[in-house]
Amino acid sequence: MILVIGIGNPARGDDAAGLMVARRIREAAAPCDVTVAELAGDQLALLDAWTGAREVYVIDAVCSGGTPGTVYRFDAAEPLTAHFWHCGTHTFSLADVIELARALGRLPARLTGFGIEGATFEPGAPLSPEVEAAVEAVTALLLRELRENRSRAG
Amino acid sequence: MTNISVPALARVEGEGGLEIVVSDGRVTEARLDIYEPPRFFEALLRGRRYTEPPDITARICGICPVAYQMSSCAAIEDACGVTPPEPVQKLRRLLYCGEWMESHALHVYLLHAPDFLGYESGIHLARDHPDLVHRGLRVKKAGNLLMEAVGGRSVHPVNVKVGGFYRAPDPAKLTALIPAIEQARQEAEATVSWVSTFDFPDFDRDYEFVALRHETEYPITQGRVSSTGGLDITPAEYDAHFTESQVPHSTALHSALDGRTYLTGPLARYSLNSGNLPADVQQAARAAGLGASCTNPFRSIIVRSVELLFACDEALRLIGSYEPPDPPALDVPPRNGTGYGCTEAPRGMLYHRYTITEDGTITDAKIVPPTSQNQKAIEDDLKDFAATRLSLSHERLTWECEQAVRNHDPCISCATHFLDLRLTSGQPAIQAVRRT
Repeated sequence: MILVIGIGNPARGDDAAGLMVARRIREAAAPCDVTVAELAGDQLALLDAWTGAREVYVIDAVCSGGTPGTVYRFDAAEPLTAHFWHCGTHTFSLADVIELARALGRLPARLTGFGIEGATFEPGAPLSPEVEAAVEAVTALLLRELRENRSRAG
Repeated sequence: MTNISVPALARVEGEGGLEIVVSDGRVTEARLDIYEPPRFFEALLRGRRYTEPPDITARICGICPVAYQMSSCAAIEDACGVTPPEPVQKLRRLLYCGEWMESHALHVYLLHAPDFLGYESGIHLARDHPDLVHRGLRVKKAGNLLMEAVGGRSVHPVNVKVGGFYRAPDPAKLTALIPAIEQARQEAEATVSWVSTFDFPDFDRDYEFVALRHETEYPITQGRVSSTGGLDITPAEYDAHFTESQVPHSTALHSALDGRTYLTGPLARYSLNSGNLPADVQQAARAAGLGASCTNPFRSIIVRSVELLFACDEALRLIGSYEPPDPPALDVPPRNGTGYGCTEAPRGMLYHRYTITEDGTITDAKIVPPTSQNQKAIEDDLKDFAATRLSLSHERLTWECEQAVRNHDPCISCATHFLDLRLTSGQPAIQAVRRT
């Protein structure tokens, strides 16, 4: 199974970036062997969410002081040497959960992460234009990869 | 000895920093820095429908959404003059047990135990002791399953509404959870024994404890607001006794009870209500070395574990006697007025107040989360704790002071929100900076 997980708080402006990517992938009729999930809040739930998945993509918002809309990509095959922060209201950052999963032998065989740098995380705010564009870009990229994977597999 | 400054605390929910000022060998100041503009949500609620707070306020915190839902429902129902029937109250208590299980298992195993075992984080603990962390995660997962079954999903439950629930869970769905919760109960019992073997600094405090108190129940969803200093009031009288004030170093408000510093949370709940715990839970507490009250904040990990055991016990009891509320929710017509609600979030008492108009529009909202109530008590802990340890190395003292903050499981996300972080170079190296 290929799993796409969008993470974020829909009530906190650009924090919803990951959720928006997940929704758009779902709306764009992702290949049938792709499951799309949304996660708001406790990121430790990832450990259960990705159990049994062969390949996982995780998309999350980031506030690291970079230019809003910047997209970061990482492959969890390499240990994440420092925190790849999510600035929502979570105890564990995405990097923490990945490293915890690695320590517990609960990482999926292949895990790719996308971080989208946010501009505003105010309650009730809409996505900023920069993040809206980044959400479009990540969605398009991911859909292309998912389809290429499928055609390779098929 | 130099001053101690930790710009971003690890292992607290949200982001906060601490600063301790040492002058002439004495601690002159201890500050818990909380960064973000507060009260966004209160402003957001004004002008919204009176039915919306359970959904909106659940977004304040990813760890304790049920607490926000329950306090907001209680306050709005109070404003509307409605009291939901017992089956609804029991189902709410059951949902809340799920949240206590999730939150306490997370804190005990991944956030607090590493302090006592000398690990930098739960991840480091997991590398050396995966079985322990697996056990904590199993208990947490039992809480998730309960939240899913009653609340519709494990975070930000969608089944809660003013007056009750959208749908009453099917009894078979709850019965199916019994094996997982029974296992969690056994593992919670093992947790109590395990944490009782840790080494605790000798640091008893003269806290005034504040928690709900109930005649027969260990309080979760209801009770009178009580303190070890003799306070005994209804939630409606909260504002006459509790005041909040701004301090320069924090954007969370500091609370005081009739001008006094106080503490809410597991230590307070336990110390005011331990006699209402079931006999087997009381026995486990005694075996772990707890008396009827506990005033050493470092031992809060034992109290949290005892409450974890209680939450499993209580969930099993409530499932055993479950009758689906019919109808699942009372009709709650709006009326002009102000309502007050207090419930016991995992981290302590959570107060909500709403004023609504006859047509159901919210004109005023007030939310006082436990962490902002505890901020001053945490600072006092830090000041006194650091003062006895100035001979330690800077590194060691910093570590121990961080631990003194984590004793209270502060949910800084609730008290305020979050902190901006700055990437220094490339993607991994990240440093915390204060929001400007």
